[in-house]
Amino acid sequence: MYQIIRQDMSVIYLLLSLSILVAIVFFIAFIYSVKKGQYDDSYTPSVRMLFDDELVKDNKKIN
Amino acid sequence: MKTTHCYHCGDSCGDTIIFIDEKKFCCNGCKTVYEIFSENDLTSYYNFQENPGAIPIEIKGKYDFLDNKEIIEKLVDFNDDSTQIVTLYIPHIHCSSCIWVLENLHKLKPSVTSSQVNFPKKTVRISFNPITTSLKEIVLLLSSIGYEPYISLEDYDSGKKNVDRSLLYKLGIAGFAFGNVMFLSFPEYFETSEFWLEQYKNIFRWLMFIFSLPVVFYSAKDYFISAYKGLRSKILNIDVPIALGILVLFIRSLAEIIFDLGTGFFDSLTGLVFFLLLGKFFQQRTYNFLSFERDYKSYFPIAVTRITSKRKEENVQIYEVEKGDRLLIRNQELIPVDGILINGNAQIDYSFVTGEADAVSKKSGNKLFAGGKQLSGVIEMEVLASVSQSYLTQLWSNDVFKKDKSSSFKTLTDKISKNFTIFVLSIAFVSTLFWLFYDASKALNVFTAVLIIACPCAIALAAPFTLGNMLRIFGKHKFYLKNATVIEQLASINSIIFDKTGTLTTHKENTVSYEGVELNQQEKSFLKSSLRASNHPLSRTLYNTFTDVKVINISNYHEIIGQGIEVHFEENKLKLGSASFVNKNDDAPTLETSIHVSFNELYKGKFIFKNSYRIGVKSLFSSLKSDYDLAVVSGDNEGERAFLSEYLPTETKFLFNQKPEDKLNVVAGFQNKNKKVAMIGDGLNDAGALAKSDVGIALSENINVFSPACDAILDASQFNKINQFLSASKKAVTIIKYCFVLSLFYNVIGLYFAVTGQLMPVIAAILMPLSSISIVVFTTISTNLLGRKFKT
Repeated sequence: MYQIIRQDMSVIYLLLSLSILVAIVFFIAFIYSVKKGQYDDSYTPSVRMLFDDELVKDNKKIN
Repeated sequence: MKTTHCYHCGDSCGDTIIFIDEKKFCCNGCKTVYEIFSENDLTSYYNFQENPGAIPIEIKGKYDFLDNKEIIEKLVDFNDDSTQIVTLYIPHIHCSSCIWVLENLHKLKPSVTSSQVNFPKKTVRISFNPITTSLKEIVLLLSSIGYEPYISLEDYDSGKKNVDRSLLYKLGIAGFAFGNVMFLSFPEYFETSEFWLEQYKNIFRWLMFIFSLPVVFYSAKDYFISAYKGLRSKILNIDVPIALGILVLFIRSLAEIIFDLGTGFFDSLTGLVFFLLLGKFFQQRTYNFLSFERDYKSYFPIAVTRITSKRKEENVQIYEVEKGDRLLIRNQELIPVDGILINGNAQIDYSFVTGEADAVSKKSGNKLFAGGKQLSGVIEMEVLASVSQSYLTQLWSNDVFKKDKSSSFKTLTDKISKNFTIFVLSIAFVSTLFWLFYDASKALNVFTAVLIIACPCAIALAAPFTLGNMLRIFGKHKFYLKNATVIEQLASINSIIFDKTGTLTTHKENTVSYEGVELNQQEKSFLKSSLRASNHPLSRTLYNTFTDVKVINISNYHEIIGQGIEVHFEENKLKLGSASFVNKNDDAPTLETSIHVSFNELYKGKFIFKNSYRIGVKSLFSSLKSDYDLAVVSGDNEGERAFLSEYLPTETKFLFNQKPEDKLNVVAGFQNKNKKVAMIGDGLNDAGALAKSDVGIALSENINVFSPACDAILDASQFNKINQFLSASKKAVTIIKYCFVLSLFYNVIGLYFAVTGQLMPVIAAILMPLSSISIVVFTTISTNLLGRKFKT
C-alpha cells in the first residue's frame, strides 16, 4: 500500500511540473515575440503573407 | 468622351495622354515610374491594387542636406561601418501594392539589404550598406518612384524612440497566471474533502500563490500607483476600490492558505487583473499614423541652404541659422524663419498658417514670415530672427500648449467612483460591526468578502470598452480622436465655435464670376487656349470653367512669373493677370482674388474667385442651433458678414478680424460663462483656440498632411456629419450609465453572499468574470448598433 502511494505521488508531481514547464515555454515564447516587436504591427504581416504566391504566378506568366 | 485614367496614379489624363506598352499615363513622371518598375520586373505592383501610384515630384536639391554627416547621424536608428538602418515616414503608403514595392526595394537597389513596411504607421524601415550607397540616394530613389519620405525637424529632435510595450507584458503575464491558476483551482471547486485532494491541496495552493505574485506586484502595479496618487491629492478615483480589492484578495488568500482555512481567491484575483488590463489594452489602441501633438517642428525642414559671404551654397541645420544669414529658398520649400526678401519672385502660400490657400506675392524688401511655402522659383532672403524667435514659433510658447486637457477632465467613471467607494466602505463597516456582536469569528471574513466582491471590475470596464469601440466606429467614418476620453468630452459640449476660412469654406472649389464687357466666342476660345499652357493654380481653375469652348493651338506664349501671361495669336494680343499687368491702375485695391483680362491692350474685365462654402453648412447649423451656442470667428474682414448672417441661423454670433490670440480669447470668454466649447478649425492660426477649447477639432482635406495640435481630426468630407458625431457621443455616455446600473445589480447579488458570510471562492470566481463579460457583450452590441445608424 505504501509503495502505491509513493508511486502516485511521483506521478502527480511529474504531471504538475511537466504542465507548468510547457506553460512556461509558451510564456517565454510570448515574451520573446513581444520583445522582438511582433505585436507592434499587427496589420502588415497579414498583407505580406499573400505576396509570395502572387509573385510565383507572375513569374510563370513571363516564362 | 469617357475620361481616361492614368495606369499609374489613377488621375484623369486630360488632353495629353502618353502611351507606352499599351498603357496610358497622365504625365512623364508616372511613365518614368512605370518604366523603372518594368525594367526591374516589378510590374506586379499594378496587380494588387488598381492605379496605386503617385506622381513623383521634382525634388532637385531638396535633399542635399542628407550629405551632412551630423544630420544623418540624428536620423538613422543604427549606424556602423557596413550597415545603416533608417525608419522613414512615407505619407503615400495606402495599399498592398505600396507594401509590396517598398519591400522589394532591394531589386531596384542591391545595396539595400532589407526593407520592412509598418502599414498602420506608414513607415518603412530600410537597412542598407553605407559604403555602396547613401541615405540621400535611398531617399532620392524613393522619391523617384513616387514614395517621397517626409523628413521634418521633429525627426531631428526626437532621436531614437523606444516603444512602450509594458502593457502588453502585463496583460500577457496576467493572462498566463489566470489560465494556470484556473487550472490548478479547478479540483477544489467541486470536491473539498476527498482523500487525494486533501493529500495534495497544499502543493496546488502554493503553486497558485506563486503564479499570483507577478500579477499582484507587476501587472497590477499601475492600479496601486494610481490609487496612491489619487488619495494623496484627496480624490477617490476608480483605482482606489480596485487597488483595495486586489490587496484584500491577495492578503486574505495568503492568510487562508497559511492557516489552512481554504483555497483562497487566487483565481478571482488573477482573473480580475486580466480583465482590467484587457479593458486598458482595448482603450489604448489609437491611430498610429496620425499625430495629435503636432507643433511647427513636424512640418519644418531639418536643413536649409545658406549662402556664404563668398556666394557659395551650403546646407545648415536650421537651428544654426542666425540673424543676418542669407538663405536660399527653392520652389516648394518652406520658409523656416522670419526674414526680408532680397531677390527673386516670391509667391508665398501661407495655408499652413492661415488656412487661406491663395498665394501672396511679395516684392524685394518685403517681410517674409516663417511657415510660408515658396511656390515659384528660387528666392533669396535675409534672416531677421532665428527659428525659436520667429513669430510663428513664438505662438507655441503660450501656456495653453503646455496644459494637458485630459488630466483636468473628470470622467463619468471618476464621478461615480467617489460615491461608490464611500458606499462600499460603509457597507463593509456596518456589516462587520453587526457580525462583531452576532458572531465575532466571522467578522473579519465578512469585512474582506465585502471588499473583494465589491471590487468594481465591471464599472472599470464599462467606459474603456464602450469608448474604445466608439473610437473605432468614428474612425471608420473618418473622425479620428486622440483618445477615448474625447468622446466623453464631446458629449458634454454645449457651444461650438467655427473658423470661417478653410473650415466653413473649402479651398478645393472656387466659384468664379466675371465682371466686365461680355466676351465673344472667339475671344473665349483664345482665352481658354492660353490658360491651358499656364500652370498657375488660378489658371487651372479658370480653364475648367470654360466647358463648351474649342481649343486652338497657340505658340507665342509668354509667362511673366508673379504677374500674368501674354499671348500673341495671329493679329491678336491677349494679356491676362494682375491689375497692374493689364494696365488697369484705376482699380481700387480690393481684398478679393481676381484675374484681369485685356485684348489688344483694351481692358475687358476681371474674373473674381471666391471660396465657396461647404455643402451642408446651412443644414448643419440649423440642426445644431437648438442644442448648442454657435459662433463663427474669422481672421478675414467683415466682407462676408451680410451674407453669413442671412445664410446661417440668426442665433449665430459672428466675429471678424480675429488674430490667433483673439480667437483663443473668444474661446476663453465662452468658457468663463461656464460653457463647454468645441472649436473647429483648420489652420495654425486656430492652434491656440484649438488647444484652449474643451475639444479642439481640426478639419483636414487630407488627414496625412499637416494639421495643428488638437483632440480630434475630422476629414473634411465628413463635415456635415458633426451633429451625428456629437449625438452618438451622447448616446455612448448613456450606454456607460446603463452599464453602471447592470454592474451594480451584480454587486448587490455578490454583496448578499458577502454580508451573510457565505462567500465561497467558487461564487466569486463565477460572479466576477460573468459580470465583466456581460458588460463587455452589452457595450459591444449597443455601440455597434449605434454605429450602424450613421448615414453614409
